[in-house]
Amino acid sequence: MASSAAGAHDHPKGLRRFLFSTNHKDIGTLYLILAVIGGLVGMLMSVAIRAELMHPGISVFPGLAQMLYGADPSMATDAGKNLYNVFITAHGVLMIFFMVMPALMGGFANWFVPIMIGAPDMAFPRLNNISFWFLAVSLILLVMSMFVEGAPGMMGFGGGWVFYPPLSSNIGHPGPAMDFVILSLHLAGASSILGSINFITTIFNMRAPGMTLHKMPLFAWAMLVTAFLLVLTLPVLAGAITMLLTDRNFGTMFYDPAGGGDPLLFQHLFWFFGHPEVYVLILPAFGLISHIVSTFSKKPVFGYLGMAYAMVCIGFLGCIVWAHHMYTVGLSLNAQRYFVFATMVIAVPTGIKIFSWIATMWGGSISFRAPMIWAIGFIFVFTMGGVTGVVLANASVDRQLHETYYVVAHFHYTMSLGAVFGVFAGFYYWFPKMTGYLYNETLSKLHFLVLFVGVNLTFFPQHFLGLAGMPRRYIDYPDAFSSWNYLSSLGAFIGAFSMVVFFYTVIEAFVKKRYAGYNPWGSGATTLEWTLPSPPPFHQFETLPRITGAEHQ
Amino acid sequence: MSTDTRQLFSRGASLMALAIPFILSAGMALAQVEGQPAPGGVGLPATVTDVGHETQFFYNGILLPVITFIAISVLGLLLYVSWRFNENANPVPSKLTHHTGLEIVWTLVPILILVFISVPSFRLLTKQVEIPEAKVTIKVTGNQWYWSYKYPEDQGGGFGFDQLMKADADLEPGDVRLLSVDNEAVVPVNEVVKLQITAADVIHSFVIPAFSIRMDAVPGRLNETWFRAEKEGLYYGQCSKICGKDHAFMPSAIRVVSREKYEEWLAEAKKKYASAETPVKLAASEAAR
Repeated sequence: MASSAAGAHDHPKGLRRFLFSTNHKDIGTLYLILAVIGGLVGMLMSVAIRAELMHPGISVFPGLAQMLYGADPSMATDAGKNLYNVFITAHGVLMIFFMVMPALMGGFANWFVPIMIGAPDMAFPRLNNISFWFLAVSLILLVMSMFVEGAPGMMGFGGGWVFYPPLSSNIGHPGPAMDFVILSLHLAGASSILGSINFITTIFNMRAPGMTLHKMPLFAWAMLVTAFLLVLTLPVLAGAITMLLTDRNFGTMFYDPAGGGDPLLFQHLFWFFGHPEVYVLILPAFGLISHIVSTFSKKPVFGYLGMAYAMVCIGFLGCIVWAHHMYTVGLSLNAQRYFVFATMVIAVPTGIKIFSWIATMWGGSISFRAPMIWAIGFIFVFTMGGVTGVVLANASVDRQLHETYYVVAHFHYTMSLGAVFGVFAGFYYWFPKMTGYLYNETLSKLHFLVLFVGVNLTFFPQHFLGLAGMPRRYIDYPDAFSSWNYLSSLGAFIGAFSMVVFFYTVIEAFVKKRYAGYNPWGSGATTLEWTLPSPPPFHQFETLPRITGAEHQ
Repeated sequence: MSTDTRQLFSRGASLMALAIPFILSAGMALAQVEGQPAPGGVGLPATVTDVGHETQFFYNGILLPVITFIAISVLGLLLYVSWRFNENANPVPSKLTHHTGLEIVWTLVPILILVFISVPSFRLLTKQVEIPEAKVTIKVTGNQWYWSYKYPEDQGGGFGFDQLMKADADLEPGDVRLLSVDNEAVVPVNEVVKLQITAADVIHSFVIPAFSIRMDAVPGRLNETWFRAEKEGLYYGQCSKICGKDHAFMPSAIRVVSREKYEEWLAEAKKKYASAETPVKLAASEAAR
């Protein structure tokens, strides 16, 4: 009777269904839509950046500034230089907080963590709702910041996603743009903390009978580690930017040496959050890649426990290596030695993951459906990004390469290729489950091919630029760097074109309506979501599943 | 595949293999004006310091081969399993999910590789950070958007000057767009030069790639780094910490000359920059009192 009463008022329609949603699947869908919007805007910004860098000289941004702000033609060059900095900042923030995180954590994890652990919904459905709407408002604040004054006479905050004071304090950006950014980050942070509390509670308390932690699917493990990282580190960011806010508005001097403060304090606090944050972006992808590799190899994950604890280990190590972003600020020799050592250690659990994925494929019967192609692509590009990470871990070499395009290439190989390939792998893997329709295999493989060629052409030459010494966050560069920049820009345009293929693939799937059934992937897909219809019912598992044996890993 | 095509393939492959070093070295050979980036370069720029040589050995001789080997091994494994264990070649999957020996190996081998890397890494790091006795000390201050230099009185200086990028209109033949400056800093060859680096407004970062030095200029801190240039010439760098609108337009340029020329320059510079000086003179006059 309780269930019929719930059924009567628990399935709202239209605006009420999404605006006031407490259903984890609807909220997951909202997050995915937000991720598409954030990703699209962030990608268009990167296209503008690469168009500017295609040739030496300043060509694109002055015109863009005139278009966006109606900047006076006599001031257009300066407005353009400022707008470039605003774009690189917004590109970073958008891609991190409004694309990868909402896609992997908000979207896929909301959709599939409850289902995978055999729970009817998240532990705190209303908290889930407010988490999403905080993030939506946060995005609005971020966009607004681009249209208010930042640096004197200029619009927006252009100091990089790291927000280092004094550039982000009253000295560099006295206007309110930075205050908008700070409030935006506060909201995004609150959103993630609440979301993380929700995941931790759900995973600890709502697993189906028989599903011990050591039988839990790896994606749920990944989300558990990610949620802990966010809960531990986001408050530190919140504290850091609150102090920045009071420095800016209430006369405190936390980061101002004139009053006894220290700009480096902010950097330490920021990176105490910022480094774990990059693992927040990649760990969920680690989790879902394990499922995809296992599904399409028709084999259980190789070394399940090793895989789970490698993620725990990466999460822990990720919290104690922050100052490797700060080798050049004037750290003492011993501090640098420690951070070199700790950073290099991360390569070990990461190596375990790479080798275990390959070992999962070893002896399997691999079917090359699109998600598997994306997953194999992920393993390769993430390895490429990982090995350059080992290079940069060495403070001695980082002295040559820090703040150059080598670093840009490194983190785009792990993020723009790694995390994004993870997002698309997960998208195609779960698309039939979420929508009930099969996508077109050829189209999604074409999408992979175009994006793979595009991003590799974009970012591989950037290693050369960085080695040669081209600094990042530059709107213009000496002519010697022009050939690789030209190639890199061509690659970016190809990568951007892949989005056209992506949208076409999605629309085609909805138009053609090829029904997916419960499990389109066959015997390899063993997690609980494949025991439900596609799309799953509004409320699943009214009778909890019982987990016996180890088949749901 | 017929023998003809196979031969063609192998000939093509060996040609490619032969060509690669030439392509790479051509990229490097085009280069060589030391101190500025080489067009189309694919490796670290030419270096003129001991630390630089060691950095290049560490990167080119150890790190690059190791990471190339790892990346190619992973790619090779992925291609091999894709070919050997695709569903046509291997219709029945094995159930193998654990192999303790294998797991120990792929934990231990990376550890050994890291230990192998860390030895030269730590040695170089110590060399970079521990500053030897220096006869020449220069204070460098980052400003939005230029560098200023001060040469101390007790080393024959007692003056300071600002170093601004030359606008495109002012470029003369031989100048490099975005790198050439109005006032070059000058240091003697084969001598340890200590730089004391700070900033007046926001954070900047002082970099000369050919010396393998990089040090952030942080307001309220006096950071130190050093170099000993082995070769005379003009060496450029660019600000490497985002510092606002003209971040890309505040290069630094250091000219390395012989000791005699350096003394001459000091004498000239003292006169030239006499009007434009501040605290150094104050301190000097205080000492005179």
